[in-house]
Amino acid sequence: MTRTLVIVGYGMVGHRLAQAMRDRDVHGAWRITVLAEETRPAYDRVALSSYVHTWDAGDLTLPAVVGVDLRLGEAALEIDRVKREIITSKGERVTYDALVLATGSAPFVPPVPGRELPGCFVYRTIDDLDAIREAVEAAGRTGRRAGMVLGGGLLGLEAANALRGMGLSPHVVELAPRLMPIQVDDGGAGLLRDLVQKLDLTVHTGTSAQVIERDGQRMVVKLTSGVELDVDVVVFSAGIRPRDDLARAMGLTVGQCGGVVVDEGCRTGDANVYAIGECACVAGMVYGLVAPGYAMAEVVADRLLGGTATFPGADTSTKLKLLGVDVASFGDAHATTEGALEVVFNDAVAGTYAKVVVSDDAKTLLGGILVGDASAYTMLRPLVGRAISGDPAALVAPAGTDVALGSLPDDAQVCSCNAVTKAVIKGAIAEGCADVPGLKSCTKAGTTCGSCVPMLKQLLTEAGVAQSKALCEHFDYSRAELFEIVAGSGVSTFSELITKHGRGFGCDICKPAVASILASLGTGHVLDGEQASLQDTNDHFLANLQRNGTYSVVPRIPGGEITPDKLMVIAEVARDYGLYTKITGGQRIDLFGATVDQLPHIWRRLVDAGMESGHAYGKALRTVKSCVGTTWCRYGVQDSVALAIQLELRYRGLRSPHKLKSAVSGCARECAEARGKDFGVIATEHGWNLYVGGNGGFRPRHADLLVSDVDTDTLIRLVDRFLMFYVRTADRLQRTSAWIEAMDGGLDHLRAVIVDDSLGICADLESAMHQHVGAYADEWRGVLEDPEKLARFTSFVNAPGTPDPTISFREERGQRVPVQLGIPEVVSP
Amino acid sequence: MSVQFPLTNLLPNRGVAALLPGDVQVAVFRTSDDRVYALSNIDPFSRAAVMSRGIVGDRDGVPVAVSPMHKNAFDLRTGVCVDDPEVSLAVFPVRVDAGMVMVGAP
Repeated sequence: MTRTLVIVGYGMVGHRLAQAMRDRDVHGAWRITVLAEETRPAYDRVALSSYVHTWDAGDLTLPAVVGVDLRLGEAALEIDRVKREIITSKGERVTYDALVLATGSAPFVPPVPGRELPGCFVYRTIDDLDAIREAVEAAGRTGRRAGMVLGGGLLGLEAANALRGMGLSPHVVELAPRLMPIQVDDGGAGLLRDLVQKLDLTVHTGTSAQVIERDGQRMVVKLTSGVELDVDVVVFSAGIRPRDDLARAMGLTVGQCGGVVVDEGCRTGDANVYAIGECACVAGMVYGLVAPGYAMAEVVADRLLGGTATFPGADTSTKLKLLGVDVASFGDAHATTEGALEVVFNDAVAGTYAKVVVSDDAKTLLGGILVGDASAYTMLRPLVGRAISGDPAALVAPAGTDVALGSLPDDAQVCSCNAVTKAVIKGAIAEGCADVPGLKSCTKAGTTCGSCVPMLKQLLTEAGVAQSKALCEHFDYSRAELFEIVAGSGVSTFSELITKHGRGFGCDICKPAVASILASLGTGHVLDGEQASLQDTNDHFLANLQRNGTYSVVPRIPGGEITPDKLMVIAEVARDYGLYTKITGGQRIDLFGATVDQLPHIWRRLVDAGMESGHAYGKALRTVKSCVGTTWCRYGVQDSVALAIQLELRYRGLRSPHKLKSAVSGCARECAEARGKDFGVIATEHGWNLYVGGNGGFRPRHADLLVSDVDTDTLIRLVDRFLMFYVRTADRLQRTSAWIEAMDGGLDHLRAVIVDDSLGICADLESAMHQHVGAYADEWRGVLEDPEKLARFTSFVNAPGTPDPTISFREERGQRVPVQLGIPEVVSP
Repeated sequence: MSVQFPLTNLLPNRGVAALLPGDVQVAVFRTSDDRVYALSNIDPFSRAAVMSRGIVGDRDGVPVAVSPMHKNAFDLRTGVCVDDPEVSLAVFPVRVDAGMVMVGAP
């Protein structure tokens, strides 16, 4: 018989439980109802601070769970344990066989007089951020606005960063003598303070707010230290308290510091009621982190399906990037173990602080703290509680953190977000997972924060899985290596390249890849000489092959802006050649159904009317979409059309490992969908935000913010570097998103290379792009001016001009569409 | 029944389409070692007459033409699809004589 599970609370942990149940309950033993207080579906609260970049709640939304009765905006009000019945805020009665409390926690607001004034907020939900934003905008006075965050812990610094993202100067007030008192020691906090103060944060430690008073449109906060702060908003971020009121009302036991007391199976004193996440108290502990909550959700899912899983307690290690500063804390970070020894490296010049805590005999790692550079975290955390060989100082000494993964025991967790051990990953590799995406999908490792991805790669290498980078059977090199060979050796033809560096005659993989490399390096027209034979059909005929062997024609319409005269030429050409006409998703016009021999005639007319190749056929820049920006839109804050045209003309014809798309939006409303593009630009009041690595397609992905508020020259310089770095180093058919994901260090590394010039290659990248821009010539014009190239556009070598007999059309919705050969046409009466 | 055309119309490593009497389409290819092959021009997977526009190369040393439609490779000598030996293209007799390519009906 089907039983009913009711989950109260739909935060990250409630969502994980619902998902785990639907994944595991393959026989449909449970019907699931979720009562969610918020009106939005579950979202990634850990990433809440990133909301201020886009104000798009959709970015944070977790994947919907199919097969769940999700009741948004409906909270549980009363629960009758005897009747196993819940009364909801909408007056409904819901009965349950099993009930799971996943109500999370609420922000703690210290009893400061004035805390209820308008302009005072907590920092917990998307609605909280919306309210803060509204207050900031309403403050609307000239000059820099200010905010105070009460609480200098992890969440307080996050909140301060969010305020900074809204254009405020934040003050952080912390009662303890240092920032992040729970995770970091004095030495680490000192460095952290230096680093965040450079980012326009003012830090006040060892003090608290005494009173908040209204002062005209603003507020004055008096600190116990005597300092007075003039601010526009106040955000309380002084910790969280478990939301256990429902449990208390039900008569369930709560812990000393709150939280529903549960056993190791996450069960409360009532056998039908469980509690998980931040509202639960396990073995006297209330965990304020998502990973233990996820682990509890998995335990309950297992129990409900007849298992005996237990929650073993959780690691409270944390690694984060606060305001761009790496902070990590793991194990016994404060050396509370009897006789514990500390080894510290504090490099004020480099801005890094590293400490390891070891046992009194210096043989066992107990914990540590890293600030400024936390790259050693993924290697050190799994070693906690284990014997270390050699000098503990070697673990944190600069360049000494290269602990071999081989020394890790099998039960050590490699991915702490999803509790995946080294043994599980080794098992998956043994069963045939041969790459990181494979490991991600079969073990879930690396799918949450991603910090263990380099370890996954290393484990693959240690297991002897050769990560082949060979382009195809004809070359042992990757595309990036071939690019360097071609660029560095002066080899300018495919035949020379394959003779010197490959074998055989080549194929449909290496030939177009090399053609693209040659085109990127500016070796003349794509149909010149031997290059013509390398091109895939689209590049060979400079048009897109469609399903019946005809081609489509797409003239460039930069930024989507076009004159009525040009529209008329396109319309006339389409009418004269009977082409099916469709507006594309990228603000262009697609003309379908042209035969090979018609292409030059069509293009002659388009070129004469001032149009040019749109490169819709190439692995090249396609389109830069735009909204109308300040030209017409009442919301636009910058001229998105002008920038889109400028970008499209600058990068037109650029051959790349995969097709490239871009867009420019004139304001945060994002009408051009710039975050769905390889590089997207969104206007701000101060300039442009540049996003990279987005795409639509099979696996849609939003682009990540690379830099914000830059001027047009800086923007273009960065896009130059980004595109050229991609063209040089990506694999064949690797989209920008996969390219960034596959990079060691991901977006941070990309930013280091192209913004901070960490490799010293930016001048090279820029000059390569300048060369491309200077050498651009319209490909179709090049064909029309060359009789030899024109001669290839013929239907039959022995009967030029004879139409292909296999091509025929029928009419649909007033336009011609192809009839497939060999499929009899059924004509409806 | 055959047709002929100058070899100079056929680039190395590329194909052209020729029309035999009876609307029969043939794809004629020239490899980099200057051999000439002729196969049906109609890709059996997509039913489109596009084989002549595919890339010419080799798979494990087997000379192939790859359909531009869904990238199926066909052995230039036998017409057999390398990825799916159940499927093959008709092979046409072809030779080069005095700078002219001559293709006949199979």
